[in-house]
Amino acid sequence: MAVELDVFVGNTTIMDEEVYQLWLDGYTVNDAVKVRMAGGMLDECEANQDVLLSDTMDQYRTFQMCERLLQSPAKLANQLLFQIPPHRQTMLIERYYAFDDVFVREVLGKKLSKGTKKDLDDIGAKTGVTLKSCRRQFDNFKRVFKVVEELKGPLVENIRQHFLLSDKLARDYAAIVFFANNRFETGKKKLQYLTFQDFAFCAGQLINNWTVGAVDNTVEDMDVDLDKEFLQELKELKILITDKDLLDQHKSLVCTALRGKTKAFAEMEANFKNLSRGLVNIATKLTNTKDVRDFFIDLVEKFIEPCRSDRWTSADIKLYLTHYTNSAHILDSFKHQAVWDRYMGVIKSCIYKMYHD
Amino acid sequence: MPGKLKAKIVAGRHLPVMDRASDLTDAFVEVKFGNTTFKTDVFPKSLNPQWNSEWFKFEVDDEDLQDEPLQITVLDHDTYSANDAIGKVYIDIDPLLCTEAASIISGWFPIYDTIHGIRGEINVLVKVELFNDLNRFRQSSCGVKFFCTTSIPRGYRAAMVHGFVEELVVNEDPEYQWIDRIRTPRASNEARQRLISLMSGELQRKIGLKVLEMGGNAVVGYLQCFDLEGESGLVVRAIGTACTLEKQSSGSLVNTHTHPNTAPASNACNSPSKDGKEPVFGEDLPSSSGPPTPFRNLPTSSSSPPPFSPFKPCSRQSSSSDTDLSLTPKTGMGSGGSAGKEAGPLKTLLRQQTQTALEQRGASSSGLLLNAREFPFFTLTSFPPGFLVHVGGVVSARSVKLLDRIHNPALGNTRSYKLLDWNSVTADEPETRDAWWEEIRQEIKSHAKALGCHAVVGYSENTSICEEVCILSASGTAAILNPRYMREGCLDIGSTDQRFDDPSPPSCGFCHIPYDELNMPFPAQLTYCYNCRRQKVPDVLFTTIDLPAEAAVTGKGCLIQARLCRLKKKAQGEVNATAISNLLPFMEYELHTQLMNKLKLRSMNALFGLHIQISVGENMLLGLASATGVYLTALPAPGGIQIAGKTSGDLNNEQHIQAIQKRINDTIAKNKELYQINPPELTEEGVGSPIPEPRHRSRLFRSHSESSDEVSELDLSHGKKDAFVLEIDDTDAVEDIHSLLIDASPPTGFYTCNTETMPGIYNWTTAVQMFTSVRVLRLSNANLSNQSLNKIFTDLCENLLKSFYFKLRSNIPCCLCHLNFTVAVPEEELIQVSVTAVAMTFDKDQTQERFITKGGIETEEQLQFPLELCADSSSTNAQPSSKFSGVPENTIVSPRDRCSTWLELLRLKAHTIRRGSVKTISSLEHCSPLTEGRPRSLRSSRSFGGSSVTMVKMTPLSFLPGTRIIKYLGIINMFFIRETTSLREEGGVSGFLHSFIAEVFAMVRAHVAALGGNAVVSYSMKDCVLMENPNKNQAQCLINVSGDAVICVRETDQEPMTSMTNIGQTCAADGAT
Repeated sequence: MAVELDVFVGNTTIMDEEVYQLWLDGYTVNDAVKVRMAGGMLDECEANQDVLLSDTMDQYRTFQMCERLLQSPAKLANQLLFQIPPHRQTMLIERYYAFDDVFVREVLGKKLSKGTKKDLDDIGAKTGVTLKSCRRQFDNFKRVFKVVEELKGPLVENIRQHFLLSDKLARDYAAIVFFANNRFETGKKKLQYLTFQDFAFCAGQLINNWTVGAVDNTVEDMDVDLDKEFLQELKELKILITDKDLLDQHKSLVCTALRGKTKAFAEMEANFKNLSRGLVNIATKLTNTKDVRDFFIDLVEKFIEPCRSDRWTSADIKLYLTHYTNSAHILDSFKHQAVWDRYMGVIKSCIYKMYHD
Repeated sequence: MPGKLKAKIVAGRHLPVMDRASDLTDAFVEVKFGNTTFKTDVFPKSLNPQWNSEWFKFEVDDEDLQDEPLQITVLDHDTYSANDAIGKVYIDIDPLLCTEAASIISGWFPIYDTIHGIRGEINVLVKVELFNDLNRFRQSSCGVKFFCTTSIPRGYRAAMVHGFVEELVVNEDPEYQWIDRIRTPRASNEARQRLISLMSGELQRKIGLKVLEMGGNAVVGYLQCFDLEGESGLVVRAIGTACTLEKQSSGSLVNTHTHPNTAPASNACNSPSKDGKEPVFGEDLPSSSGPPTPFRNLPTSSSSPPPFSPFKPCSRQSSSSDTDLSLTPKTGMGSGGSAGKEAGPLKTLLRQQTQTALEQRGASSSGLLLNAREFPFFTLTSFPPGFLVHVGGVVSARSVKLLDRIHNPALGNTRSYKLLDWNSVTADEPETRDAWWEEIRQEIKSHAKALGCHAVVGYSENTSICEEVCILSASGTAAILNPRYMREGCLDIGSTDQRFDDPSPPSCGFCHIPYDELNMPFPAQLTYCYNCRRQKVPDVLFTTIDLPAEAAVTGKGCLIQARLCRLKKKAQGEVNATAISNLLPFMEYELHTQLMNKLKLRSMNALFGLHIQISVGENMLLGLASATGVYLTALPAPGGIQIAGKTSGDLNNEQHIQAIQKRINDTIAKNKELYQINPPELTEEGVGSPIPEPRHRSRLFRSHSESSDEVSELDLSHGKKDAFVLEIDDTDAVEDIHSLLIDASPPTGFYTCNTETMPGIYNWTTAVQMFTSVRVLRLSNANLSNQSLNKIFTDLCENLLKSFYFKLRSNIPCCLCHLNFTVAVPEEELIQVSVTAVAMTFDKDQTQERFITKGGIETEEQLQFPLELCADSSSTNAQPSSKFSGVPENTIVSPRDRCSTWLELLRLKAHTIRRGSVKTISSLEHCSPLTEGRPRSLRSSRSFGGSSVTMVKMTPLSFLPGTRIIKYLGIINMFFIRETTSLREEGGVSGFLHSFIAEVFAMVRAHVAALGGNAVVSYSMKDCVLMENPNKNQAQCLINVSGDAVICVRETDQEPMTSMTNIGQTCAADGAT
């Protein structure tokens, strides 16, 4: 005796958020039932294992049928097959596009290609995320990437409108797309301590300040590609380290301002030239795609690591960078104030974010 | 040329990719009505084509308008090969033919393909211009309104109830035509869908004609069914109650309780019997010259014995004897009664004799000749106050027929060919389907008469077919109705019959026995009514109707089910039919016993909404009886259940019995508490208040030999007269008792019933969740016994209920209303149970306040809920703004009306959900005021899409709590076939059926929304026939659904333009709100 068929269909589609999450997390029906039982569902409404199994199967089927719609969320709102109240639709979409930070950290900056997809089982094993869930997340990244690739206008807004995501999630996706597009290196050992949210923040800074979109919001890919002209202009900053006078002048200005304000003053004074060279060199090399990819690793190697070894605090970093940036304005012979601000504004906030005490 | 049908194809969306190379589709549309076809241009390379066609005009007869659906086919243009069909939409334009219903159909319809399911949507506009046609001999019946609702629709008043209308149409099933061997499954399915659509149209038109003939203007309680008889054909049949309905104006609010007797003038002229000599209940209604109480005297005055067979002398309940009555037809004897079943050829003669006897009886009492064609049947289940005078009990009849395919004389193109009655041995006189039903109806009528009743209410008919065997069943509740509501101009009938002036209070009047207590048609315990003390009432009352709103009820009710499986040998033809008809009486008896026991166990004394289904399979019969048990205050308290062992003396056994007895007593006590049954203690042993409690128990034996000898013997042995005894004499009985106790009561927060509402619950919220669930069980072990089968079947039903409780736990506290179980044996070793019901949430605070106004709590902000989820800036479709302006002006429901109820539902959910609570923040975001036009703020663009989807509520009930129906838009009657040859890929049978049911819901909602409606009431899934062949990776399913499309508004909303209130239905509405 076996249940050959068992379905339950509500006029308003019934969806349990807990089961939805289990489905998204890639649990099999049987595992999901176990989790639910462990979660005390048996106590509710005199349920037994069969009831839970039947319910879980039903819900899984519903989600599977919905998945096609979730992949183009705009359809969910005007499809007729499932009657789902708008706020539930929002929940379904938001959860479907949610991702695990540990997973995204692994694929961040990688090409969203078939090759990467083949590695998903390794990533899954490493992060403890089920393969099914990895695939969903990866496909989501890819889908969003493909759609916004060809769109004009602000990246975050495009994602938000096309995938009906919340502002926060749309920003995260913008970061993922931005990283994938510029292929930033994030996998090196030295970068391992950085979380996805650190990178997402930096991506936001870069998108808002360094892309074409920051100056002109009508071109295609405006938020995805860095502003080439700006990168060229960055070369001009080289004068700050090549001109010996300027470098010394800069140093003395900064040291005067910092003196007595921090315990790390001695180290700051000693390292000034090194650090300044590091930051300016990063700026001047950004015209090379290869060096763009290494942007974060360079930041860590050239600036964050030396500071950390000298045990600077976050406050020290803040203090130093503020004066470092501002002092350049007082330098008489330094004419590239606008480019300098555009560059250092982003560098400053990225370093703050990336510097973990 | 009395009508012009106009259709316009606007746009499509979400079309499937038909051209793999471009990932696009070159779609165009064919619009067909009758034999005329129009085509749109091809809209190349788009999945969201904008045809924006001209108005296609069809000039047609109104007869065709009624019969034919508008057929819209979406195709993919292919230059080199044949065009590929994407899918179809059938639009029933009947609602447009009625001036009071919808005036335009406009909206997005799912494009449906029988193989692929829904494939995108199409936006269509349809209008009809009707020219007045005064031709008396017209074949059309435009303007007759149809309602599935089995009560007087809200907002209407029944000026007159004309009575029973029925019709059936027969055709060959395209699936079984020779051509089916060479055509594709798709073509075959479409031929079938189209044929059934045509047949239902024709059927409805014919019924409409009958209604017009009777002088009515509407059919209420319209029930249409399909019989898929396989090779012997396809039968579409329908029954209903013809009425003259009047729209309630705001002025006539007060007098609705007495229903003024002024018939419309037209009615007086059209009515075939305006002289008043032939009232609706012609054979029963006495003329003024008749005796004052002709009904009561009826059995006495008749010389012939009442036509029921004395099958079970020991069963003392009125309804049990009714089921007795129903045994007779299974012998093929019509109402002939106890004459042997082998008297096949004599049958007709016998029936005629009975007939004459009945006629004479009728004549002697009323001086009127019986009109055999007329049946005093009503498909209504609830009535305006004062309508229902007395209720006798359930009457039912079943008949086993053999669908003959060999002697079928009319294989060919005849439309109604004859089918053979297995019982007519000579086979010379083949009977038609009409005759079969006629026979059953006669049977029912005579049963009602035997109960002293002149009418049958809550009447329904159904069939169960397995191969060539067909069980025809009909059941209803014998009743006496107040003739004032039946026939106007029929002078003083009401005043001559004292019972109609009976001053018995409405809260108990209907319980009073309609038959003569000295001449009871069956043995029953009568007592004086516990409510008014003036009239006699039976100890138990079984009915098929809804609980009258005015009835006095103690405590709450609950769903009571009796379930039964009986194995039978596989056989063919007549042998099979005989075997089945031999089994039927036992099944009915068992079901009845179970019902009675379970009723007692719950300490209740009446059943409403009783529905007994017997389903036939190749090697077994399934019986399922569902009803809602209540404690009627007017009826005596039920006695307990006594357990008795036959072999006394055995100590072990005694202890065992005592243990069971204790369990039973505990269960009864627990149930009393659970259902809050605390009848007022009757201290005064008044004249009427009869027999003291212990003796006041009926006796029922659970044994297969029920000769009268044994009765007396047992009476002696127990010494406790009239105790309700369950006797454990064999293992069967032990099993039975176990199964009796196995029924779990619903968990806290849940109530169940199969009627419209639950007594004792009044403050419903607007949260409703309609659902359909189907479960199929495969019996792996071929050698099952009846007992283990019973257990399996019972568990199946109980587990289904358990699943519902769990699934709907977020709706607590709630009541599962109108739980409608349907059983079938689709194949050998398969049991299928389908359930449709609605979960209705109510306020925990059970104040007795009947009209709860919830609106006050609502904040203004929450009410402003955008109906149309605005278009996103990027969606460039040039959707005409007429998309929604197409909704006719007089049906305007402001967006907030449509959605505020939804919002409330959501809000409630958020309140009640315990685990995984709903995120309500985002819903508030959506609630941004939309009053100033349709601002497309960035916020609302999050829910973009070229258009909006109207939320459509569905319910099997005739109302939606907290709302008022302001308009009925027409009947929804849809038939779909879905087939797959890739069952595994679609997720197996479950996946296949799951998506099909979801698709059916979607199509119903789309049609309702296109009519301008926002809800479906009286929704039901009449058929769900699933055939599967997993080995071939194939499955096919047929679903038939129906309901009434309506516009409803929140009860609290003031709608000056539609100020008709539904006092006419206060009876039901009271209970509802």
